[in-house]
Amino acid sequence: MQTVPAKSSYKSSQQTANRIFSVHSTSFYIAVIAGLCLFIADIEIINANPWLELKAMGRGLISPHIVSYAELFNGLANTLSFALQGMAVAVVAGFLLALAYRHWWVRGFCAFIRAIHELFWALIFIQCFGLSPLTGLLAIALPYAGTLAKVYGELFEEAPPQPRANLHHSKSLSTFFYTTLPLAWPALSHYTRYRFECALRSTVVLGFVGLPTLGFYLETALSEGLYREAAGLLYVLLLVIVSQRWWLRKTLLPVYLLIALVCLPPSASFSWQTMVQFFTEDIIPQPVRRASGDGIGSWLVFMWQQQLWPGLCNTLVLSQIALFFTALLALLAFPFSSLLFVNPLMKGANAGLLVIARTLPEYLLAFVALLLWGPSMLPAIVALALHNGAIISHLMAGFSEQIALRRDASKGVNRYAYEVLPRMYRQFLAILFYRWEVILRESAILGILGIATLGFYIDSAFEEFRFDRAALLILASALLNMAVDTVARYLRRRLHLVTTADIR
Amino acid sequence: MLNAQLVYEGRVVLDNICLSIAPGERVALVGKSGVGKSTLLAALREQQANSVAWCPQQHGLVPMLSVYHNMYMGSLQHHNTFYNLFNLIKPLARPAREVAALAEQLQLSEFLHARVEQLSGGQIQRVAIGRALYQQQDIFLGDEPVSAVDNYQAQQLLTLMMEKHETLVLALHDVEQALHFCDRIIGLKDSAIVLDAPSSTLNASDLVALYC
Repeated sequence: MQTVPAKSSYKSSQQTANRIFSVHSTSFYIAVIAGLCLFIADIEIINANPWLELKAMGRGLISPHIVSYAELFNGLANTLSFALQGMAVAVVAGFLLALAYRHWWVRGFCAFIRAIHELFWALIFIQCFGLSPLTGLLAIALPYAGTLAKVYGELFEEAPPQPRANLHHSKSLSTFFYTTLPLAWPALSHYTRYRFECALRSTVVLGFVGLPTLGFYLETALSEGLYREAAGLLYVLLLVIVSQRWWLRKTLLPVYLLIALVCLPPSASFSWQTMVQFFTEDIIPQPVRRASGDGIGSWLVFMWQQQLWPGLCNTLVLSQIALFFTALLALLAFPFSSLLFVNPLMKGANAGLLVIARTLPEYLLAFVALLLWGPSMLPAIVALALHNGAIISHLMAGFSEQIALRRDASKGVNRYAYEVLPRMYRQFLAILFYRWEVILRESAILGILGIATLGFYIDSAFEEFRFDRAALLILASALLNMAVDTVARYLRRRLHLVTTADIR
Repeated sequence: MLNAQLVYEGRVVLDNICLSIAPGERVALVGKSGVGKSTLLAALREQQANSVAWCPQQHGLVPMLSVYHNMYMGSLQHHNTFYNLFNLIKPLARPAREVAALAEQLQLSEFLHARVEQLSGGQIQRVAIGRALYQQQDIFLGDEPVSAVDNYQAQQLLTLMMEKHETLVLALHDVEQALHFCDRIIGLKDSAIVLDAPSSTLNASDLVALYC
């Protein structure tokens, strides 16, 4: 991270503001905040002998084993079916919401449903529909619809306006389908494909709270120390996600969806009564439920002191440290998979490593790291930095290869520092700020694994059937996400960050 | 248009403009590039945006759609949304016939189902003209509509525009074309109208002064 010495010639307040919000000082503050957070974070290694565990895992990785093909098939079918059906609903709902995205209440609604993590949605729906396919579908569909609506809405806004403006009645729905939609289509379908990959990861993670996806069998194998079985499942998961570009075809999608709907229809046995009770009674704060309403004050104080405040602090601390190491890892790793710095062979090897790190969900990585080092923030930091750092590295490496360097451009570290990084730094920050919200969401979630972030308290509340507490905590995590999203968007605008590199 | 001040990107391009164009007139706007022809045309369009066929210099076609769909776009407002959506998926018989006939006249028949991004500059310009013609209005406003095609083809296209519209205002950089096809010439220079005369009273050398 670099800083610039403050220049004495700055006079007006506008210039002062510009200085505070310069690209360099933003990087500087990210590092400083992460440094401060490291002081208060709990990052000790609790496990007495992590090497022993690591050796056992290593042995498992080189001798994968599939115990039951029926189990594997079952897990795989559920994973694919939940992801497909969830995405189908999310795409339709997201598209419709995007059409009305100019209304502030639609934007607010979308921000809210995507601010609640799919695992939290799953925990909520499990109370209503049990561990059923419907729960899996809804847990994916709801937050994804919010995200897709936002991205689709922004793509529609960014589509070139001339074709529309040249026509009569330029605001009609027909005009939208003939101009804006086709113009946005390439970016839209590219992003939807990427989201499908995310949906696959999310469904796997839903297995960790009990839904019968691949994650369920992975968790069982990992917690019992059956690393050979776990490795077998892991390789299958990697294969499915990496080969997605070959089997996920537009023409085959209806067929897949039909198979998914026929084989695993989104059914659930539930009673309206339970559901109504959950949403109208169970999630209402306990003191309010008692007719008098006494004690709501002390209930709130208790929640704030014992759960909300520590949960919020830990979530923020973890996410800031993870953000910094994500940035560091991305900056260090991307030259090793860019042809500007290494030969194709080296690039291939490094790109392979990055693929593995970004294909595996953070939650799974954290779970494995937790087995190694015991419950502290360390596993979570490593998992978040690895996954997100790999994603950013991959993007940066790709963009760096578009830079047309002069023939006499310097080589090695000089090339990195003088030619490449300056051209890409703004873009790097833009992507980093996009990941910030993701890192924060995941930081909250990793609490379910026993790190004292918001997820920890939410999961405990569900286990104790104190749904009123869970509801309040989930609401708090949603508000935190929305706040960070707003700050990140403000910074991106303030710093004029765009995701396209300066390739001149 | 009375004492209008026309501004383009914050800069006054044309000041104190008074202009009226009667139905049936064929007007050519001439003048150096940057003098405000496009701004004047855009201002004319503003006055009755929904009853003019509009062929701007920035074509604003949708590159990933076919020639057929880009031309059909001219008459979206004549049909309901479902009709338009259906036509987007599968061309309907009536518009398919009409657009094909138009494409024939524009020598675009063989490209009718090609995507616009696959075409050359001259072909793209003809698609833009096609879209404007398919708007089927009485007034045609064209901003350098034939700048990217050869002289022979330009003459054919201008003839076609004349046939299909009663009133036309065209920005043209080819003085010969302006004199031959239009019956009124408006010359722009130094943010004002410096010439407004029937073309029968002018010859090419009279217009040279506008470009100095």
